[in-house]
Amino acid sequence: MIAYLGRRLIQSLLILLGVSLITFALLYLLPADPVRQIAGRSATPQTVENIRQQLGLDQPFIVQYWRYLVKLISGDLGRSYIQRSEVTELIVSRLPASLLLMVGAILCELLLGLSMGLIAAVKRGTATDQTLMVASFVGVSAPQFVVGLLLLYVFAVRLSWFPIGGYGTWRHLVLPSLTMGILGAGWYARMMRSSMIDVLRQDYVRTARAKGLARGTILFRHALPNAILPVIAMIGIDIGIFMGGIVVVESVFGWPGIGQLAWQAIQRVDIPIIMGVTLVSAFAIVLGNLLADIIAPFIDPRIKLR
Amino acid sequence: MKKFLASTVAASALALMLGMTSVRAEDAIDPNAKQGGAITITYKDDVATLDPAIGYDWQNWSMIKSLFDGLMDYEPGTTNLKPDLAESYEISPDGKTFTFKLRHGVKFHNGREMTADDVKYSLDRVTNPKTQSPGAGFFGSIRGYDDVAAGKAESLSGVTVVDPYTVKFELTRPDATFLHVMAINFSHVVPKEEVEKYGADFGKHPVGTGAFKLAEWTLGQRIVFERNPDYWHKGLPHLDKITFEIGQEPIVALLRLQKGEIDVPGDGIPPAKFQEVMADPEQKARVVEGGQLHTGYVTMNTTMAPFDNVKVRQAVNMAINKARVIQIINGRAVPANQPLPPSMPGYDKEYKGYPYDVAKAKALLAEAGHPDGFDTQLFAMNTDPNPRIAQAIQQDLAAIGIKASIQSLAQANVIAAGGDKAGAPMIWSGGMAWIADFPDPSNFYGPILGCAGAVPGGWNWSWYCNKDLDAKAAEADSVVDPAKAGERDKMWSAIYDKVMEDAPWAPVFNEQRFTMKSARMGGADNLYVDPVHIPINYDNVYVKDVQ
Repeated sequence: MIAYLGRRLIQSLLILLGVSLITFALLYLLPADPVRQIAGRSATPQTVENIRQQLGLDQPFIVQYWRYLVKLISGDLGRSYIQRSEVTELIVSRLPASLLLMVGAILCELLLGLSMGLIAAVKRGTATDQTLMVASFVGVSAPQFVVGLLLLYVFAVRLSWFPIGGYGTWRHLVLPSLTMGILGAGWYARMMRSSMIDVLRQDYVRTARAKGLARGTILFRHALPNAILPVIAMIGIDIGIFMGGIVVVESVFGWPGIGQLAWQAIQRVDIPIIMGVTLVSAFAIVLGNLLADIIAPFIDPRIKLR
Repeated sequence: MKKFLASTVAASALALMLGMTSVRAEDAIDPNAKQGGAITITYKDDVATLDPAIGYDWQNWSMIKSLFDGLMDYEPGTTNLKPDLAESYEISPDGKTFTFKLRHGVKFHNGREMTADDVKYSLDRVTNPKTQSPGAGFFGSIRGYDDVAAGKAESLSGVTVVDPYTVKFELTRPDATFLHVMAINFSHVVPKEEVEKYGADFGKHPVGTGAFKLAEWTLGQRIVFERNPDYWHKGLPHLDKITFEIGQEPIVALLRLQKGEIDVPGDGIPPAKFQEVMADPEQKARVVEGGQLHTGYVTMNTTMAPFDNVKVRQAVNMAINKARVIQIINGRAVPANQPLPPSMPGYDKEYKGYPYDVAKAKALLAEAGHPDGFDTQLFAMNTDPNPRIAQAIQQDLAAIGIKASIQSLAQANVIAAGGDKAGAPMIWSGGMAWIADFPDPSNFYGPILGCAGAVPGGWNWSWYCNKDLDAKAAEADSVVDPAKAGERDKMWSAIYDKVMEDAPWAPVFNEQRFTMKSARMGGADNLYVDPVHIPINYDNVYVKDVQ
């Protein structure tokens, strides 16, 4: 176990190092010149060169990357080119909002997905099953931008149940969580359905039924706990999908998280922020996968860590 | 009001003719204005920085103007210069020395009085390469600039503190734009002790002499401005508080405006909703339309064949159906026939421009030796509506035989291609077009049409360099005497007419501004389309529903 953990940690660090190198190289190769972006239109060539020098962007790639890494190790992600604030400060101030949205989204997708999957499995082969599975398909394939605007229009503009975008109270959280959750819910519904069908076929369920236990007791006491565990283990892997989704959803709802920060930074070629958000997301994904792998054997003893 | 303005201008012109001194007349305060109240403005993007030496986008530009002041400013809602922190100024007969008398008793938000030392410090700071100011180049005419820019000196030798309320600028050449330079944000006055206290974070903790002070800044969420009770300009600002809510999509902002939750959507009316809003009389009544110091144009690289032939460039000018292009953006513009926008001094009303004439364009192409046209590329920024505009231009060009393939790229990539001599034969400027830094005709020449901009990484994407015109531009800018402004504007009109003869650009349209506001907002319409304040002039607007 310890050896496994050590190996996985080293692997994770290497992955993060690779991500940083690839992102840094891609941004370096970008035909857009960040200095000209900062200097603006009226800057003289001299001003442009001054800024380039001040930021160390006149140095060769290796030197620039090395300087970045050295600072990174001490936790310094540099200063934003456009906003001129510490990237760490920008990310830290926005991280709580993204984490809150993540919690909300996970709750939504579990609640929606698991119940849909459960009902579909129990009503297997019926019209209810088919409707739910079609719905899950729609949920998986609907673009989040569209879902978000649609929910906003119906529940905020028309019905005024929720505020139109923004951040602050639980009411602000509902629609963006739901938008993010609908995508995951589709996946969970399908996984839950097959997992549940699998469990319902097991001998112990038949035994329970033969003993004459009530239908509800069999479902919720015996089948559900066994069916749900493999599904729950997927949450760690979900983080990757989640990180992709926040860029869109946070922009639609004006949610002040790191997705919105990343989107703005990409538009303005604000390289230190793009690097910072990429590294933080990569870290979250690596951590999520690591946790999922570590938890898996506790949930399902058939899986062994090697 | 108009009469009042005319008479002050005449009076100051007279004063200038006599001793070239100008004394500021106090601005009239709107007698209907109510004191107090709060408004909410929304924005999609984060506010970059509120440091006047660094902030250089249209979003923070106007916010900075409310937190800081410069020696000069503009009459609200107009492009007329007036002294601001300066009480009066004097220009030497050779146009190379400007002496400003400062107003007494002006206090920074931290309570300290502003003096001539602060003016000097602020200019030394903005020109210092360590500050990384995008606007350092504006101060190139001040003596000693080159040494500071090269890092050889810490202080501009041409700026002298005569006494605590007098500051003298010596220039290396007569510079007619210098008073405008003293009005742009980069020359706004900052207190040394606060800059040193916050260092690189001064932009997050701005302290100035302006009408408002920063009360709160929650990153990514909101910025709150609070009325500066000690503002030197008595009676201003009218509002007690302005809240800028950040991170709101324009479409969401419009919905919230319709529900009465906000007062001005800072990013404007989303294009997709424009017609809907304008079709509703109740909403349309709350939209203010105004000109903008903006021109949208197609550049043609004059160093690349076949655009090195002036006839080809003229043919392109005649081939573009500007009216149709304007339809694409729902009529939010007026057709352009010259580089300067109509609201800019020096705009030549007599100039007719190139007519839309396909037959004549074809004839010109044939004369140039391309009777069957040619293949080329048209670069454009990839955000709506620019690709659609590029397609319309593509179709127009196809009608005269020019087959242009569209290169639709991210903004930064188009800018990079334009700054490369062999990069882009044609560029549609949309989304990156020139908007003047200050309302003076020279501002549309140097960087985008002059030889100085035709360098790698420059903004002169047509790589047009006419030494003769450069000399004429320098001549026009040496006419410093404000009494001769009309003469100078004529010189500039002649320069742009000559540019159009050489046709390095095909000017397409001048965008109009449409600011939408809530029903409770008051103040003259021109405050909502103020040429130097986007979206609105925060200091002078008010709300009607305060008691």
